[in-house]
Amino acid sequence: MSNASSLHARRKARNSVMMTLCMAAAGIGLAWLALILGALLWKGVAGLSLSVFTEMTPPPGDAGGLLNAIAGSIAMTLIGIIVGTPIGILAGTYMAEYGRFSKLTVVVRFINDILLSAPSIIVGLFVYELLVRPMGHFSAIAGSFALAILVIPVVVRTTEDMLTLVPNSLREAGAAIGAPRWIVIRSVAYRAALSGIVTGILLAIARISGETAPLLFTALNNQFWSSNLNAPMASLPVTIFQFALSPYEEWQQLAWTGALIITLTVLALSIIARSLTGRRT
Amino acid sequence: MTIVAEAMPSSLAAQARESRVRRFALTDSLFRNSTRGAAILVLLILGGVGFSLVVGSWEALSKFGFSFLTTESWNPVTEKFGALAPIYGTVVTAAIAILIAVPIGIGIAVFLTELCPRPLQRPIGIAVELLAGIPSIIYGIWGLFVFAPFLQTTLQPFIINVFHGVPGLNSLFAGPPYGIGMLTSALILAIMVLPFITSITKDVFDTVPAVLKESAYGIGCTTWEVTRRVVIPYTRIGIMGGVMLGLGRALGETMAVTFVIGNAHRISASLFAPGTTISATIANEFTEADGTLYTSSLVALGLILFILTFFILAIARFMLLRLERRAGA
Repeated sequence: MSNASSLHARRKARNSVMMTLCMAAAGIGLAWLALILGALLWKGVAGLSLSVFTEMTPPPGDAGGLLNAIAGSIAMTLIGIIVGTPIGILAGTYMAEYGRFSKLTVVVRFINDILLSAPSIIVGLFVYELLVRPMGHFSAIAGSFALAILVIPVVVRTTEDMLTLVPNSLREAGAAIGAPRWIVIRSVAYRAALSGIVTGILLAIARISGETAPLLFTALNNQFWSSNLNAPMASLPVTIFQFALSPYEEWQQLAWTGALIITLTVLALSIIARSLTGRRT
Repeated sequence: MTIVAEAMPSSLAAQARESRVRRFALTDSLFRNSTRGAAILVLLILGGVGFSLVVGSWEALSKFGFSFLTTESWNPVTEKFGALAPIYGTVVTAAIAILIAVPIGIGIAVFLTELCPRPLQRPIGIAVELLAGIPSIIYGIWGLFVFAPFLQTTLQPFIINVFHGVPGLNSLFAGPPYGIGMLTSALILAIMVLPFITSITKDVFDTVPAVLKESAYGIGCTTWEVTRRVVIPYTRIGIMGGVMLGLGRALGETMAVTFVIGNAHRISASLFAPGTTISATIANEFTEADGTLYTSSLVALGLILFILTFFILAIARFMLLRLERRAGA
């Protein structure tokens, strides 16, 4: 009897120890998020002023802003999205509609999942070999192209998932009134899956707006304002990288402020994306 | 007049219908083929990445051959390049990161599925996943300015003092405390892969049929016993898949590591010493590399990383696929 009750006590004790550890793990995870965001706010807000958005990146030891970096980031992100999204949506459409049961779809899904988590610096090397080396110089086009390659897998994945969720009865209803397949896809399936597809695009923007590695040796950096897509262009992440590792205090402060801007943008985008579908995809 | 009016529409309608059907068939096949082309493009991208890396690294690989993998020296002046130090740094930092992140990630998943009050479940799950969305450069700048100085002044001197008399461990944790270095990078990587491991583990935990858990609870098992004996064995493959996915991320992570690794091309016994990883080496040196052999050696490093992560990620996907198939059956 005493043996049984001591066994029971031991099991209960072990249970409470393990469960406390699990709670501690969750505590650590949340505390770390709070620590990082806290430090970012603390250091970033200090340098936040209007001049950050209206002045160019300064030479060492001077005051200035991040205008050209922000503009460059927006431009390259935009081009990346414009190039990558249609390809991603089309590929996702093939996988969920025309080729839902084909072998090609299985292979593409597998490869796409690998691309989704492939190191982004590899994409940078690829674009360097593909565009920068033949063109002979770094350019915003190459940077945008690298970002577009990162956009594709995200959009493919969400588009396929969302189109698969569209009930088949909707497609059959469309086919029954004599609409050809692509009209059914365009005006029934896309419409039903719209919020999901938009979520995918938002997640893709969130993903690429903080990407540094693929831009380092494609778009390079530019200390001045440039609207020439065929020339090196500044971007926020690369500027942060350069400024944070510099010994100049003004540059380090700008790096923190830039980091804060990127983080807030990315968090806002992912929160909007989440609220669109209600569930992570 | 009436005859014409009756005859015309029917033939016209037939003609119109036929041309419309033909147009539909044409546009449909056009659309179909463009979707198919886009799907094939995804394959071509991965193929193109592999091909271009092989082409770019050809010069280095044909000059150094197999010894590229086993040479530690990395000297741009004498143009002698070996990948051993970056490979060592990549594997060691990723392995330590996984060792730290896996227990914590599983712990959070258990907390979320078994312990957490329902109203808190979703907000906490989302908060952990938001960690995954933060760009790696943010972790890098935080690691360099906040985390590394903290380690340098508190944790590292403490560990060096504790272990300095212990054989084996005293060389693993040998000073001086730089702050930056292998261990700092591994810790930052652990924070970065934690959300991936957590969210996949939580997802696979959710696939365990309630009946299984309830019958274990029914014979009087504690929550820990249910987790240890029912949930984890049932989801083993899925957890492994999540761990491999996290490992793939950790191996290829660039910016966060570049800030805090110290970029030193040597292999030190001490985890506090600065080192380098494949991705950090490429990020730090690529734009400054002069001479085709230097560039080519960096691309060869990229090729090694590509092959490494490709296999790890492929294994991860296979494991997750197997689980999906079982859940579907």
